[in-house]
Amino acid sequence: MSADTLLPQGWELVVGLEVHVELQTNTKMWCGCSTEFGDEPNTNVCEVCTGQPGSLPVVNAQAIEDAILLGLALNGGVAEVCRFHRKNYFYPDLAKNYQISQYDVPLIHDGHLDVDVVVSDDAGEESIDRRRVRIERLHMEEDTGKSLHVGDTGRLHGADRSLIDYNRCGIPLLEIVSRPDIHDPETAQAYLRELQAIVQALGVSDARMEEGSIRCDANVSVREVGDELGTRTEIKNLNSVRSLGRAIRYEAQRQVAVIEDGGTIRMETRHWDESAGRTETLRVKESVTDYRYFPDPDLVEITSPADRVEAARARLPELPAAARSRLAQAGVVREQAAAIVGAGTLGWYDDAVRAGGDPQLVANWLAGDLVGQLAAAEVTLEESGVTGAHLAELVGLVADGTLSTKLARQVLDGLIEERGAKTPAEVAKDRGLEQVSDEGELRTIVERVIAANADTVEDIRGGNAKAIGALVGQVMKETRGQADPRKTNELLRELIG
Amino acid sequence: MSDPSLTSTTALELARRMRAGEVSAREVVDAHLDRIAATDGVVADGPVWHGRDAAELGPDDVHAYLAVTADAAREHADDIDRRRAAGEELGPYAGVPLALKDVLTMRGAPTTCGSRMLEGWVPPYDATVTTSLRVADVVVLGKTNMDEFAMGSSTENSAYGDTRNPWDLDRVPGGSSGGSAAAVAGLLAPWAIGTDTGGSIRQPAALTGLVGAKPTYGTVSRRGLVAFASSLDQAGPFARTVEDAAALQSLIQHHDERDSTSIRDTVPDLMGGLVGDVAGMRIGVVRELQGEGYEPGVEAVFAASLERLASLGAEIVEVSLPHAPSGLPAYYLIAPSEASSNLARFDGVRYGLRVDAPTAEEMNAATRAAGFGPEVKRRIMIGTHALSSGYYDAYYLQASKVRTLIAQDFRTAFGEVDALVSPTSPTVAFGLGSKADDPLAMYLNDVATVPASLAGNPALSVPAGLAEAPDAPGSQLPVGLQIMAPLKRDDVMYRVAHAFEQATGFDWRPRGPRAVGHGADTTGEVAR
Ligand SMILES: [Zn+2]
Repeated sequence: MSADTLLPQGWELVVGLEVHVELQTNTKMWCGCSTEFGDEPNTNVCEVCTGQPGSLPVVNAQAIEDAILLGLALNGGVAEVCRFHRKNYFYPDLAKNYQISQYDVPLIHDGHLDVDVVVSDDAGEESIDRRRVRIERLHMEEDTGKSLHVGDTGRLHGADRSLIDYNRCGIPLLEIVSRPDIHDPETAQAYLRELQAIVQALGVSDARMEEGSIRCDANVSVREVGDELGTRTEIKNLNSVRSLGRAIRYEAQRQVAVIEDGGTIRMETRHWDESAGRTETLRVKESVTDYRYFPDPDLVEITSPADRVEAARARLPELPAAARSRLAQAGVVREQAAAIVGAGTLGWYDDAVRAGGDPQLVANWLAGDLVGQLAAAEVTLEESGVTGAHLAELVGLVADGTLSTKLARQVLDGLIEERGAKTPAEVAKDRGLEQVSDEGELRTIVERVIAANADTVEDIRGGNAKAIGALVGQVMKETRGQADPRKTNELLRELIG
Repeated sequence: MSDPSLTSTTALELARRMRAGEVSAREVVDAHLDRIAATDGVVADGPVWHGRDAAELGPDDVHAYLAVTADAAREHADDIDRRRAAGEELGPYAGVPLALKDVLTMRGAPTTCGSRMLEGWVPPYDATVTTSLRVADVVVLGKTNMDEFAMGSSTENSAYGDTRNPWDLDRVPGGSSGGSAAAVAGLLAPWAIGTDTGGSIRQPAALTGLVGAKPTYGTVSRRGLVAFASSLDQAGPFARTVEDAAALQSLIQHHDERDSTSIRDTVPDLMGGLVGDVAGMRIGVVRELQGEGYEPGVEAVFAASLERLASLGAEIVEVSLPHAPSGLPAYYLIAPSEASSNLARFDGVRYGLRVDAPTAEEMNAATRAAGFGPEVKRRIMIGTHALSSGYYDAYYLQASKVRTLIAQDFRTAFGEVDALVSPTSPTVAFGLGSKADDPLAMYLNDVATVPASLAGNPALSVPAGLAEAPDAPGSQLPVGLQIMAPLKRDDVMYRVAHAFEQATGFDWRPRGPRAVGHGADTTGEVAR
């Protein structure tokens, strides 16, 4: 759905996004505990991250480096001097009952992210529209623990008791606040997807929404074109890029309907119910919560002199947008280029092309069959042991006729099974998957098939050219699918005459 | 029956006698345990002895200790003796016992901070100070009483009963480190660790006739020091002599990478400057830290102290810290603001007291209502208010600006003089309960000590003489001289204090009609 059909004529949607990214540093923000996801509850904890009396935080330098890297990738400025503030509020999974965060001076300020959105004109012609979303700030903070509510509802309200896992407490968290520059769900989704891709390309987080290592809240308001900004609601529980789009779409239409009905929009936090497909009030913000921010006296200033910033800039890898346009220039179709960059398999692409693989053919596999085959085998590309060199060899074997596409898929399955311990050629040989294109061997089989199907041969000679298909099928059956179809056809025509 | 001289000498003398093989670490520890069992009002039973509840304390019980780690102390002493006998190279003060303020964590013993909130809490880790002491083979005897979460100037805010001043058991020992002060003055430990936020080492040292030092902020690691006001808290020594105090501070002052505010520079040698000489030094008398509010007896001793310093060849000049009078109000905004946040973690969820209630929020509230005493609640309220939006600029921010000005005042003053002096406390030890209902009168105890706290400068109190308490004609109670030095020049204050001490010849042993006894007869025989 395009922006034009989302809201009635004359209405405009305004969206700002707050994205939280958990940094995948080895250790937490203030202590030496592991950041591993999914470990037994309360095993990655110490006196610091459980807020024991007398414990003190010490800044994880790697987290600051990673944050600066991401800030630069988002075209932001790095604060020469900034510090941490305490955000005071009581919540059981917040071990100190204050969150160490940043307040007046964030680590990174004033960046932007350009995103490409596919738009279609009235004639249904698709084109790419590049849009800039300004970023107000990126600041460092710490994650909280996780509450588990035991009882009928599964939520705090009505729970019999609550359990708290502090493993996540103190994991470095980056909050990225956009300006309200987004005016349609597609741009919001493209922004989140692009941010995810950048974070992954930098290697600072795996940015998995389903594991919560990247989280997104949307501030949504509507206004009549030309008016002041309307009252916004904050939408939480957006667990996928798809949810983000659906929730914004629902909320925008809800707000317009309320206003057109003569109602007003309340400043509130709303919960996205994925299964019901709607937002509902979570809590009404009657007044701004007073977090009593003040400088954390346990921590000293963070200084980022120019040389530190330039050292970080020098470490910036190729960003996804640049990678996509490089692939496009090499002849890879746009969707596949986006898929490869988005899936983080660019390294395999580059290795394969470097090993002589044709860019588009490599991309076909990498963004196509390979994805499904890996999923079926329940392994990641990394775990599969399949390398870029393997892919280059595989497309070469298809190109020179050694393998049909179908056989190549089987070779790839074999390769995955062997975890890349053999080359595609070895797998093909070991498993007898090479096409039978040896003249002598194939001729013998073709002759046998002709002799055994005299009726069909007569039919063909009688002018029914289509009947040759049946003989090809017989040859394939005899060779268990490994006969080169082109050569088989040639031989049949030659021998039948 | 142990040798009473073991509990009435200096730490360095004990160390010398142990090194010379005249006495064992075990004998030294036992002498102190005997005396604690006899005079401190503990239930001397089991591996960790506990201080009696307030209602069960006798009128002469000092009540310096909340917990005495008797078994661990004996084991540590035995281990030291074994290693010494085996010829192992030990630290210079190996075997000297010590009392540790109950605001510093130590494995194997409860840390209560004088609060019901942490009753029974055994910390899972050692404070860096505790580790440093253990590495030096200093034997921790136990954890000492204190004002709840270090908020107070008399130790009357402890949830576990008052500590008494060994010079007059009907008077306060000062606070918040009153237990540590009383332990050293009362012959229950040769030296002790306290913490100072706005004067909590210096003021009790003054009121109990001891040397007490607050090092430059950042000199001693705060890791494991349960925070009252993080930007001010600093641990430091209590001792009977300047030399002992300097030796103890030397053991605990070093960079700690686990405390972000810990100073990285190498610290000056404190012992080398103890030459008894201040000739040619310029010493500034702070104009704003005398006069109104200071007892006549305190002023008289202070005047005599200046004469003594002059007679030693120091040049005495008057200097001004123009913003010092704003120090007290600034302190009583900054410290409670930080405290309101630092103490938020005591919520009944993870450790300490929990008062059950239907919801988490109600449980938090009920726990905090039951666990905190009135002074702690008062400061949490003040601090919460001072940080609230709409008040932040007028209170917290304004106080922070005053703090910056005071620090600037100190820098300017130290451009002219080598050290600054003032009375440590405006009064001598006051009667138990005499100020308990008047928080403002209590806060005034800190008027001379908070400026150095706010500026981060090192400051110590050294005994200067005795003076009469206004409410007790004929009484003789200790008065302290405060010596303040430039940042990271703790050596300068020790040097001046040492020369002053040598010239003064103050006898640290408590005496008077209500003083603790320290003869052999009061040590008593104790069944163990
Ligand atoms: Zn931890």
